[in-house]
Amino acid sequence: MDGLKKVPVREQEPAVRAGNFEEVCLGYNREEAMEEAARCINCKNAQCIKGCPVAIDIPGFIAQIKEGNMEEAYRIISRSSALPAVCGRVCPQESQCEGKCIRGIKGDPISIGKLERFAADWAGENGIRPEGATEKKNKKVAVIGSGPAGLTCAGDLARMGYDVTIFEALHEAGGVLVYGIPEFRLPKEKVVRREIENVMALGVKIETDVVIGKSTTIDELMTEEGFDAVFIGSGAGLPKFMGIPGEQANGVFSANEYLTRSNLMKAFDENARTPIMHGRKVAVVGGGNVAMDAARTALRLGSEVHIVYRRSEEELPARVEEVHHAREEGIIFDLLTNPVEILSDENGWVSGIRCIRMQLGEPDESGRRRPVVIPGSEFIIDVDMVIMSLGTSPNPLISSTTEGLEVNKWKCIIADEEHGRTTKEGVYAGGDAVTGAATVILAMGAGKAGAKGIDEYLSGK
Amino acid sequence: MFQILEARELTENIYLMVVKAPRVAKACQPGQFVIVRMDEEGERIPLTICDYDRGAGTVTIVFQGVGAETKRMAALRACDSFHDFAGPLGCASELISEDKTVLKQKKILFVAGGVGTAPVYPQVKWLHENGVAADVIVGAKTRDLLILEEEMRAVAGNLYVTTDDGSYGRSGMVTQTIQDLVEKEGKSYDVCIAIGPMIMMKFVCKMTEQLHIPTVVSLNPIMVDGTGMCGACRVTVGGEVKFACVDGPEFDGHKVDFDQAMKRQQIYKTAEGRAMLRAQEGDTHHGGCGNCGGDR
Repeated sequence: MDGLKKVPVREQEPAVRAGNFEEVCLGYNREEAMEEAARCINCKNAQCIKGCPVAIDIPGFIAQIKEGNMEEAYRIISRSSALPAVCGRVCPQESQCEGKCIRGIKGDPISIGKLERFAADWAGENGIRPEGATEKKNKKVAVIGSGPAGLTCAGDLARMGYDVTIFEALHEAGGVLVYGIPEFRLPKEKVVRREIENVMALGVKIETDVVIGKSTTIDELMTEEGFDAVFIGSGAGLPKFMGIPGEQANGVFSANEYLTRSNLMKAFDENARTPIMHGRKVAVVGGGNVAMDAARTALRLGSEVHIVYRRSEEELPARVEEVHHAREEGIIFDLLTNPVEILSDENGWVSGIRCIRMQLGEPDESGRRRPVVIPGSEFIIDVDMVIMSLGTSPNPLISSTTEGLEVNKWKCIIADEEHGRTTKEGVYAGGDAVTGAATVILAMGAGKAGAKGIDEYLSGK
Repeated sequence: MFQILEARELTENIYLMVVKAPRVAKACQPGQFVIVRMDEEGERIPLTICDYDRGAGTVTIVFQGVGAETKRMAALRACDSFHDFAGPLGCASELISEDKTVLKQKKILFVAGGVGTAPVYPQVKWLHENGVAADVIVGAKTRDLLILEEEMRAVAGNLYVTTDDGSYGRSGMVTQTIQDLVEKEGKSYDVCIAIGPMIMMKFVCKMTEQLHIPTVVSLNPIMVDGTGMCGACRVTVGGEVKFACVDGPEFDGHKVDFDQAMKRQQIYKTAEGRAMLRAQEGDTHHGGCGNCGGDR
């Protein structure tokens, strides 16, 4: 090892994993982790910490791994993150901590994500749990949603001594970690459940099957159930569709539906009670992480899968690693291609997708080059199933039933970034409900900010 | 866990259960629904609310054993529990937010078909409690399949029962009764609320369109989460895509694209769908649709 290269991480062979739902990345073992940790030069002014939305003491925990003190490494991480085993797997490290790593200037950056994952998995396997609060504050906080924002906020508040209850609309806690991200990227039993148990070990209660805005409201939680503050981490909402002809044909699914069936309802398992369609040839429209997840799920269920994306490879919003994995597994990328119509047969089932070729023009307001139609370039892909992965628009259930809670023009809840403070006193918010669809770690960062905001609010009361 | 306090078969293959679910009982309104899961492996099943008792913290559900999952649920008895019972979901019936004095002037007709009698009942009951006597047509294939007749009679203004085979009450489809009431029996209605099989609602709407009666229908498309996340329940209403779980389940029946909604209901269900899936999937076709038995 010349020190410029990172210790490679073991993965399931593409040809093998394309046919199963086991985790793709196998992670470091103890020796590999210690070797990789030894590459860290422990910068005084650590840039990686600045790249981390929850500001983990990265050089600190890596130094412990280097010495073989795995428990201490975990303790350092868990001071800042409630979900290290999740983050080590799904954070876009290349644009965060690893993107800032000094070693990355010449050679590979430290594999911070893989080291975080190692420390968290080691702790899980060895029964190490985070430490709860020593002193209780005798104040009640309700957290709405048990996804990354809610779990982080709840975990932080519980550590500060608050009495925290999470309300989850679905039958299982975890939010996008259980319904959105597939098993092969984030194992549910081994990783997600364990992280949730860790949050519960801090004293957090979770009540499932409670749909805030319907089963009860935020106002009722505060006036009738005695909650002193509320954090809204209810996540993104309704799936977007393109508005092209044929979109209601049988065989067109939102990525949310397709992934929820497979992940939350376990429809990938043929013994599950919830059905899922097995397409012969599937078009996944969109280029984000969710599109990659849907595509790779369909591939594992036996379909030939095409990603249809209107811009070029460079603009794909998905993590580089996900695109790379998808390609390795045999996903076909139809880039600079935009659907114009979904065709169906006489029984109303999808029989094809009519697309048009695009080229990149001038940059638009997002700074990305705007895709422009190439006239006369229409063609048909003969798919029998289409998955729309175009993002989501906010769920109105909470904003429409909470007096004084304002939303912006995109119907996202208005909350300040530093404290998550909304326009309603005692109510804080963060994650996709505020920002629109983003990433797990950004939601966690917002959960952290919300916990800080709530603590300041309740301390001053 | 949500304990079942009472469970009985109302008629062949239609079941009534009273479930302890205090949060739902406290918040629910006529027109809303719940999603239940019978055990850890269970599918999420949307069911309409038939009745509720806020004081006792109970909700009454009525369902038909149509797929493998509802047939499995039918075996539940008093003292058993549902693993999950989430709700209330969807919007309440618009009637309950109307001005009471205006409402009392209104001539309201409910049309219930089969198991759709269950979600009609709480609306008629609510109106009755608020001093409004609504007329109700209940249709069933045959006398034995009629449900909640006595309960409905106690809260309805006039109750008109019709059976397809003429074995009880009037003879023929509900649409015939609507037409007879308006054209032959001098009735007039300001609004009609129809709940039943999709095909019944489609034809009721055709009839009420002719008779110029604004009509509300309650749709029951395929759902997964029921909270506005998955988009499975999308329906086209007046050319716009709507999500039944958050925008509905009640919609202007004269604007609903029923043909599309009926096709979409078949995605996992009908013989057509099964044949399609089997043909497409070959040996991999064991998705647990619950209908073909191929998964056993």
